[in-house]
Amino acid sequence: MTTPKGLLSGLWLLLVVLGAVFAPLLTPYDYDIQNLPNSFASPTAQHWLGTDEFGRDLLTRILYGARTSLSVSVTAIGVSVFAGMLLGAAAGYFGGRLDRAVTVVVDLSWSFPAILVALILVAIIGPGVTGTMVAIGVAYLAQFTRLTRAQIMAIRSETYIEAARSLGASDGFILFRHLLPNALAPVLVAAMLATGDAIILEATLGFFGLGAQPPVPSWGSMMSSGSALLFKAPGIIIFPGLAVALTVIAINLFGDALIRALDIKTRIREA
Amino acid sequence: MLLSVSNLSVRIGSVEPLSNISFALDRGEILGLVGESGSGKSLTALAVTGLLPLIGGRISAGEVVFDGTDLVPLPEARLRSYRGRRIGFVTQNPMTALDPVQRIGGQVDVVSRLHLGLAPSAARARTVELLTSLRIPEAAAICDAYPHQLSGGMKQRIVIAMALAGEPDLIIADEPTTALDVTVQAQIIHILGELVRERGLGLVLITHDMGVVAQVCDRVAVLYAGRLAETRDAAALFAAPAHPYTAALIDCIPRDGMAPGSLSGIPGTVPSVLTYPAGCRFHPRCASATAECATQTPRNTPLPGAAACLPSSAGAANG
Repeated sequence: MTTPKGLLSGLWLLLVVLGAVFAPLLTPYDYDIQNLPNSFASPTAQHWLGTDEFGRDLLTRILYGARTSLSVSVTAIGVSVFAGMLLGAAAGYFGGRLDRAVTVVVDLSWSFPAILVALILVAIIGPGVTGTMVAIGVAYLAQFTRLTRAQIMAIRSETYIEAARSLGASDGFILFRHLLPNALAPVLVAAMLATGDAIILEATLGFFGLGAQPPVPSWGSMMSSGSALLFKAPGIIIFPGLAVALTVIAINLFGDALIRALDIKTRIREA
Repeated sequence: MLLSVSNLSVRIGSVEPLSNISFALDRGEILGLVGESGSGKSLTALAVTGLLPLIGGRISAGEVVFDGTDLVPLPEARLRSYRGRRIGFVTQNPMTALDPVQRIGGQVDVVSRLHLGLAPSAARARTVELLTSLRIPEAAAICDAYPHQLSGGMKQRIVIAMALAGEPDLIIADEPTTALDVTVQAQIIHILGELVRERGLGLVLITHDMGVVAQVCDRVAVLYAGRLAETRDAAALFAAPAHPYTAALIDCIPRDGMAPGSLSGIPGTVPSVLTYPAGCRFHPRCASATAECATQTPRNTPLPGAAACLPSSAGAANG
């Protein structure tokens, strides 16, 4: 995490998170007040990134868009990790019929692209922030379930599990105190990397108009409206696009740094 | 008797890797459970602690009477209340017997919190006391360390501390020194011996090292290929081994004044459970085997002092 890449990507992520959290304090503009006489303004001292077709400050909308993007993807992945770990741990630990059932469902959903699963779910639930969260969460559930299950099955036969059991530990104790904490590191890294994917997925759904509904800005919907005006005002699509790209790249680099910092591979071997 | 195992047989699927094992020990005694790898020592330990279902096995016959109660018919929930509380277990490899992501103190504390109902602070105080009594320096600081920061011998002491934390009456130690340096081995064996004498515990010491047995054990049970070869007092066993296998194991201990290269091994290997020979299972490797050894199964519930061996029991009858 102390490599230049890790440092730089961490810094960018910190910037995005702070910008999202403190958006109302950082900008004098509102994300939804139109100012038509000042539409399509080029970047100036007043509007650092210019304005969109309704005269709204682009930087403001990108900051508020970060709120949508981040909260939707982080919440969705968080819930997905939590559910996936419980499901995968139960399947990997208890085995038997439960494991077979979970594996079949997971393998089935694994064979569909995440975007397809998400589209189907949004179609069922309806567009909007909630629909997007559920869609992303379910789309990545299989990944975390699989990973946790594999981890648990590897750790299950470790001597310290046998030792705990021979000293009277119950199933629940072994699961929550020994197995899950030991399985946590790789799942956290996977969650980190999946958050990057989730931001892209959220932007994609937003681009199709299935994500956060106007006037609430999201990076995806901003790019969608900008795509029609690509030649007239390229900034409208370029700046939110850059926000998505830089954030996802940063998350991936940070994830790599995290793998190195947590020393996951060596630690698993050492155990 | 604290622990009395009689005619214990274990089945895993269609095979019977352990047949008719009997041994006993009392408080303040150390029983050495001896045999080469694959002779069924660890399986016996699992059977006594009721952990056979973990590897898909079950006790098909016999009794495991611990402190007056037969453990064999007990349900898992009752067995769990014995594990750690009445019977402590020291696992084979100290390098992997501790959870790598938890601090040492917490791992020991939890045993006395679970079994003795101690509050966290009381449990920690007890842990420090326990570690100190196992001659771990700066026990309080060690409690905050992670397993990978400790040496093998230190980890084995922690594992022993965990086994002791529930104040058990019996400790089963499965090859507690195999993974350690020779110098550390002696320390650990010494510590275990002291615990037994000072606290009046019973100790089942599983090992393949006859030298260790000679040092500390009061009684010995020799296993070969899932059967009991002989069981008796250690002094008598070393003075006059009744079973050729026991004699061969004793011959594997290096002695003073041995000519270089004269240390003998036992030719061949322990047969697997699928290829157990007919008759006496040791006969293909036995120097004193006779023709009937290949066909006739020796009496496999030897009286204390007798051996499951046709020629030597015939000799005893004649003599």
